[in-house]
Amino acid sequence: MFVSLLWEACRAMAANRLRTFLTMLGMVIGVGAVVLMLAVGEGTRVTIRKQVETLGTNIFIILAGFQNTSGVRSGSGSSHTLNEADVEALLELDGVARASPVVNNNLQLVAGGQNWNTMIIGVNELYLPLRDWEVGVGRDMDGLDVQSASRMVWLGQSTAKELYGSTDPVGQNIRLGQVPFTVAGILAPKGQSLDGRDQDDTAIVPITTSQRYLVGSYFRGQIRMIMVQAENPQLMDQLEEDIRTLLRERHHLTGAAEDDFFINNMSALMETAENMAKAMTLLLGAIASVSLCVGGIGIMNIMLVSVTERTREIGIRLSIGARQKDILTQFILEAVLVSVTGGLLGLGTGSLGAFLVSYFLKTSVFITPASLLLSFTVSAGIGLFFGFYPAYKAAGQNPIEALRFQ
Amino acid sequence: MGYVIQTEHLTKSYHTGAGDLEVLHGVDFALEEGEFTAIMGPSGSGKSTFMNILGCLDSPTSGVYRLLGEEVEKLSPDQLAERRLHYLGFVFQGYNLLPRADLLENVALPLLYAKVPAAQRKKEAQEMLERVGLGPWSHHRPAQVSGGQQQRAAIARALVGHPSLILADEPTGNLDTQTSDEIMALLSGLNDTGITLVLVTHEPDVASYAKRLTRFRDGLLVEDCPVTDRRRP
Repeated sequence: MFVSLLWEACRAMAANRLRTFLTMLGMVIGVGAVVLMLAVGEGTRVTIRKQVETLGTNIFIILAGFQNTSGVRSGSGSSHTLNEADVEALLELDGVARASPVVNNNLQLVAGGQNWNTMIIGVNELYLPLRDWEVGVGRDMDGLDVQSASRMVWLGQSTAKELYGSTDPVGQNIRLGQVPFTVAGILAPKGQSLDGRDQDDTAIVPITTSQRYLVGSYFRGQIRMIMVQAENPQLMDQLEEDIRTLLRERHHLTGAAEDDFFINNMSALMETAENMAKAMTLLLGAIASVSLCVGGIGIMNIMLVSVTERTREIGIRLSIGARQKDILTQFILEAVLVSVTGGLLGLGTGSLGAFLVSYFLKTSVFITPASLLLSFTVSAGIGLFFGFYPAYKAAGQNPIEALRFQ
Repeated sequence: MGYVIQTEHLTKSYHTGAGDLEVLHGVDFALEEGEFTAIMGPSGSGKSTFMNILGCLDSPTSGVYRLLGEEVEKLSPDQLAERRLHYLGFVFQGYNLLPRADLLENVALPLLYAKVPAAQRKKEAQEMLERVGLGPWSHHRPAQVSGGQQQRAAIARALVGHPSLILADEPTGNLDTQTSDEIMALLSGLNDTGITLVLVTHEPDVASYAKRLTRFRDGLLVEDCPVTDRRRP
């Protein structure tokens, strides 16, 4: 029975090809737009997430507040900038998985015939695991490197390529400014950071080495930035307070005295960024849904015309024994068939559109199976919803009047 | 012999702008199994309304209509559809075939609503088309065959559900004399196999095929008598 009705619905659709096609086009555009918009929105979200995650997970960045305070207060001797002892203390704190000082400075790197200016980052042995950053070639940095201030350097992918091309730099000599170093390893690629900087254009050295050989004596022992990783995301809020308490205590800040450091919760930042991307996806989806709705109205419109045109057919069917339910089923089936076929074509068109967007605009798009399922279900639902009233009208025809209809 | 149709003081009114218009003023009528009556009467005499009520397409305003002993007024729309499907067959003046379907599909249509499986539908419809002499035309569309052939297909469609009663409303109205005779011969033959027939016509020639003549005038049944010089094909 159902197969026969489906076949009849196909024939009814085929009887008026242009009209069916145009009705379907409304659904194709609607579903296509939804799929494309959700893909673009989701792509943006995934991109942001990936970029934030290159920083590592559950990360706090603690910045020294010396820019605000040192000029005035350091003279009084009551204020501290961050220092290595702070890092040691933070590592003792409950809930802290890893912590590393971060000292940056730019230097000219010279190796063989090439030279290249890049950012040298001085860190301890916990920094790379904290950032979820692996050493691609060569050995890991260990505690001994930090203790002995070894003159070892780990090059980022881009830096290695600039200086050595395709030859293996591990074990080679290199000069950082005037100081001779040995290349200990090449880091795995990390990609762009949130602000678009190439994180692979860098070189990493032990913090002690950096302090002893590379940074001017004025900054020795002082650290501008500490990265702290919490053991798990649930600890983040509590840990932020604990860090603040600890550092205030260590810096002898009491009562209403302002913090001389800033704690940035990177998870919260990521959450905000993701929420924004989600909001954008929702907005794009909502705009696209309008066209889907218009497509549905198109279906309803054409079904109403079709019911009127086929009044006589309805009368014939009723007179030979069709129940109202049979007529209702037939017309709903036709509407659903149009909308679902349109929906499927829309899935194809939307996916193709998403592919073209990612190909030509070089942005990442991401088609989730859920968005495909959603569009398909919604198009079937639209067929049902907008097909119901015309079908109901068809089923409610008076057989005699329907038979007399010319 | 049981009654196929029984009506008791059947009336029908229509609501119009100028108040209610009564088109049937109380019709008492009965038809036994195997009978063949021709309903005649001028336009507006109420014969078409009467036919529609008999066919369960319309309901009376008052009075009782029993189809095979059941009071039709007490049936739900679905039950009425079921009566049309299993007990009744319609033959119309305008054939009323679906233009997009071929003759086979047209004839098989009632079986679709009777939920007969597809293969069996085809088989039974083909058999019925052969019975009315349309075997070779089963895959033609209505527009591709003559009026007489379309009416034969319509008769095949009315027969396919094995009805007890066939209602033919001016079945020869659009046909020439020779074709009319062929159609009437076909219908008479059906009556010979035991199917009860009600025929509406205003042509005496056509009516003379029936066994009985029922005449309507101004919403009343005015004459109901056997046909004396019955025509046989």
